[in-house]
Amino acid sequence: MQTHEYDVVIVGAGGAGMRAALEASTQARTAVISKLYPTRSHTGAAQGGMCAALANVEEDNWEWHTFDTVKGGDYLVDQDAAEIMAKEAIDAVLDLEKMGLPFNRTPEGKIDQRRFGGHTRNHGDAPVRRACYAADRTGHMILQTLYQNCVKQDVEFYNEFYVLDLLVDHDLAATHVPAGEEVHVSGVVAYELATGEIHVFHAKAVILATGGAGKIFKTTSNAHTLTGDGIALAYRRGIPLEDMEFFQFHPTGLAGLGILLSEAARGEGAILRNSEGERFMERYAPTIKDLAPRDIVARSMANEVREGRGAGPHKDYVLLDLTHLEPAVIDAKLPDITEFARTYLGVEPYTEPVPVYPTAHYMMGGVPTNVEGEVLRNATDVIRGLYAAGECACVSVHGSNRLGTNSLLDINVFGKRSGRAAAAYAATAELVPLPDDPAGPVVAELEAIRTRSDGERVADIRTELQQTMDTNAQVFRTDESLQRALQDIRALRQRYAAVGVQDRSRTFNTDLLEAVELGFLLDVAETVVVGAINRKESRGGHFREDFPKRDDAGYMRHTLAYRRPLSVKPEDTDGDPDGAFHWVTAFDDYQLMLGSKPVTVTRYQPMERKY
Amino acid sequence: MTATQEAPQQLGEVPSFEVHLKIRRYLPPETDGAAPYGAPAPQAEAYWQDFTVRVHGTDRVLDALHKVKWEQDGTLTFRRSCAHGVCGSDAMRINGRNRLACKTLLKDLDPSKPITIEPIKGLQVIKDLVVDMEPFFASYREVMPFLVTAGNAPTRERLQSPEQRARYDDTTKCILCACCTSSCPVFWNDGQYFGPAAIVNAHRFIFDSRDSAAAQRLEILNDKEGVWRCRTTFNCTDACPRGIEVTKAIAEVKRAMITRAY
Repeated sequence: MQTHEYDVVIVGAGGAGMRAALEASTQARTAVISKLYPTRSHTGAAQGGMCAALANVEEDNWEWHTFDTVKGGDYLVDQDAAEIMAKEAIDAVLDLEKMGLPFNRTPEGKIDQRRFGGHTRNHGDAPVRRACYAADRTGHMILQTLYQNCVKQDVEFYNEFYVLDLLVDHDLAATHVPAGEEVHVSGVVAYELATGEIHVFHAKAVILATGGAGKIFKTTSNAHTLTGDGIALAYRRGIPLEDMEFFQFHPTGLAGLGILLSEAARGEGAILRNSEGERFMERYAPTIKDLAPRDIVARSMANEVREGRGAGPHKDYVLLDLTHLEPAVIDAKLPDITEFARTYLGVEPYTEPVPVYPTAHYMMGGVPTNVEGEVLRNATDVIRGLYAAGECACVSVHGSNRLGTNSLLDINVFGKRSGRAAAAYAATAELVPLPDDPAGPVVAELEAIRTRSDGERVADIRTELQQTMDTNAQVFRTDESLQRALQDIRALRQRYAAVGVQDRSRTFNTDLLEAVELGFLLDVAETVVVGAINRKESRGGHFREDFPKRDDAGYMRHTLAYRRPLSVKPEDTDGDPDGAFHWVTAFDDYQLMLGSKPVTVTRYQPMERKY
Repeated sequence: MTATQEAPQQLGEVPSFEVHLKIRRYLPPETDGAAPYGAPAPQAEAYWQDFTVRVHGTDRVLDALHKVKWEQDGTLTFRRSCAHGVCGSDAMRINGRNRLACKTLLKDLDPSKPITIEPIKGLQVIKDLVVDMEPFFASYREVMPFLVTAGNAPTRERLQSPEQRARYDDTTKCILCACCTSSCPVFWNDGQYFGPAAIVNAHRFIFDSRDSAAAQRLEILNDKEGVWRCRTTFNCTDACPRGIEVTKAIAEVKRAMITRAY
């Protein structure tokens, strides 16, 4: 075992992690720990753009962007946070340009901008050109540019290290934190993939930037490695997870595969059609049609298929039609996604429509933070020194449905903020002592899995989890379907307790790490499903067929999901500002309690959401 | 192989077929003597192992590898992440050619022979298909792969015309997968050579109108292990999964070195 000391440790080297590193490393001794080489991170798969009201090509302002974000999120957005994001978007884009990002340009040489779903002029009048982009590789360019600047600044990386525990100086799950007492982070425990060695990182500040958890679903645009690691670690340590029931299904995944085709296609004029050739979005969103927010488009597509207007031999997808676009425009602005269609489905987008169907894409929820990225341990109190940014965090700027491009914005704005805040905190804070035997629980878990003979196969459990989530907790949900998913997850958890691997080696044991990641997936999935059962309304990405209307009186609150030992009574734990947990569900060896947190409303009172 | 396409059993079933894989295995001896389960024995020598898996028409080589790992032999080790050709994790040598496993459809490979899968060449093998990428990234870092500007930064963006932007577009596509570098015979013989990927990333900045460090990068690449080692075999261009004209980019760097025009 090795022990390292840093001021700031950043977990994850995607956009949020590296943006934080660029801030923190200039002021504090900083290390970035990543389970992948930084340029492998899934930020690189983002395509369409990053919105900012630069007004380079038409009139725009950040206040409209704030409004669109709030309305797009179906009013579950914390409006103070959305305002910060929209305002700081402009500098975030200009920062990236100065770091070297090769944006597409206007004839005058300015950053070019294009349309994107849900982004409108003057509070919904018409689509606006707000997305700054680099062809359909904006995420790739952001990831490369941030890594290039990390190389320039000589940021220290620990690549292919898996962070497997988060060290906090209080047992948040089992004990009540006395009033006036502060909780601190003291570091993380990591596993070096190449050697199997355990590393303890003792740090004044830790930033979680581990990305999403799309692999809880079978059909997803997410990478194999997006298993919710940081989210699950926080949850296991008693930190609540916010709004986990809200998962975004991106409308245009390649049918059957889930590979993402950017909304930029529709931003550039592509049209969704059903088997009859009808532009069906005209019926669902008469004003902005195919550029409605993703939740609405995904539901409309699923509804077309359900009502028998799906295309293809099994009538199980719809068509994305680019055939009326000039091939030169396609080549210049959408080169990658059209190549995906050719490579993976053998479809030529110049002349044929592309089969598409919604794919699990983005987790609106995550580890709750304030606008400085500080992690909350209940509805009000922070954990000193612990930060989260990017998809693993919930600020909440996305509410119940994220607008396209706002994730690339989120990672830049809140990555930067959390990096700056963590370094400032570390400048005055002392190292908090590590617990006795800090790596003990991680070593015990790994050794149990590694040495178990005749264990359950990881892939079998994972496949069943993904299948039940796709079947029961996807675009359309009911109490019945969600209860089925919960029952399946309970059964899978029992089987997971006996999971085993075939690879017993210490060198590059990905078999072992897949087993650990499966544990994270199960944790994340249970919070998604329990949150969804509890929320008896339809809002943004969460659609309940048995409760198809939004219910502001009952549910305009953020959900907080806490894991607590079975022995803990709801009244004995820190949680809900109302002093009550409105839902408690028992698993075999712990219980999940749901509390809530108020939504911050500043300028925009909830209205009916029409496009 | 053997790839007989079977008639669908029932309506709605996706047709499947069998593929044979011939995979280059290497399970390193463990320092503490722990033996990888299921391996013949920890050994210092690499060997070939055959697997047969049933796959579907849209499956890629990566899907076949996952089937082996998840259903037959958990010790089979390879890197992967995004699974659609943008993260660059799963570069490997498939039927003798460097490709990304997630971008190579099984149905597009010659069905009459087993599919051979080996680690990329020129970098030390750690385990099975996993190689040590550190030397590769070290070369990348040496070419100053970042924008260097002169003068005060403007308040707004630096202006760049669409034509100036187009000048270096091709080399911005690089995902650092190492398909090009590890396909280069010069790199196989001399691991000190910067290799195509590093030169591609130098090119990306040398021809960026906003950059002012081209002369320094050219100086770095004027080294005896720099661009002049390139023998123009075009292996790199053939190997690039992003369609970058790698050899052309190297030639442009050479020309810039002679003419000092960029």
